[in-house]
Amino acid sequence: MRSSLIILVCFAAGILTGQLAPLPSSLALDHYTVYLLCALLLFVGISVGGDGHFWQTIRQRDNLRLALLPLLVVIGTLAGVAAASLLLPTLTLRDALAVGAGFGYYSLSSVLLTQARGETLGVVALLANLMREIATLVLAPLLVRFFGKLAPIACGGATAMDSTLPIIVRFSGKEYSIVALFSGIVLTVAVPFLIFIILTV
Amino acid sequence: MWIIVLFFAAGILLGRRLHAHPLLIRLADQLAMASILLLLFVLGLSVGLHREALAHFGTLGLQAATLTLGAVIGSVVAVQLLSLSMRRRQ
Repeated sequence: MRSSLIILVCFAAGILTGQLAPLPSSLALDHYTVYLLCALLLFVGISVGGDGHFWQTIRQRDNLRLALLPLLVVIGTLAGVAAASLLLPTLTLRDALAVGAGFGYYSLSSVLLTQARGETLGVVALLANLMREIATLVLAPLLVRFFGKLAPIACGGATAMDSTLPIIVRFSGKEYSIVALFSGIVLTVAVPFLIFIILTV
Repeated sequence: MWIIVLFFAAGILLGRRLHAHPLLIRLADQLAMASILLLLFVLGLSVGLHREALAHFGTLGLQAATLTLGAVIGSVVAVQLLSLSMRRRQ
């Protein structure tokens, strides 16, 4: 939660600087940010791949049906945002799907979509995926009561491996922590690949 | 954009190699956080510079909320189907 706040403060500080500092509005930043983005994904990859839990969790095949969980989260999320995009005539289906493919991983999906489609979609991705994380934190007890113990894990998406894991364990139970970790890890790794596929295919 | 994805895949494989060096992994983790903060500052900066984008902030928020609602309902319903099928087998 603390790092979420720092992230938002950085974003807000950027807006304030842009508003107040005497910078030309044509300042071309995306020229340099692509290098930083490559470095970022390399670092994120190293930190995911270097985590012993990652390979351990990925190799678990003892319950094939639970391995279906992240796949269903992908299908459900993309179907849901596709339906929601019908209400949003200014947003193309492709852009809506790309925002949905952030699965709550707002920091990464927003910078990826800023690079690929411009800052407007980057801001939508930031807000939508942040809202998904907050919704999971706030709604977890209700989701468990009305939709079962897997529901907060589905709602949490990629965040089920870190920021929403404590709340999932609290309301779904400790025995669901491995399932949540598995689903969250798979979805986290899927974010860059799925966004890439959605935007290019 | 494919080159960005390539860097990610390379990172995962490199991370696996560096598995025995937790200090390097932690360093990568911190560098990732630092670059995310910098990139989001830059995103904020370009939003702040384009007053047009800032004026539309409310509309973008509404779009985001609609997409979030779709994503949450869609994923919860899809997983609900899994729980139901598991319960039936038991």
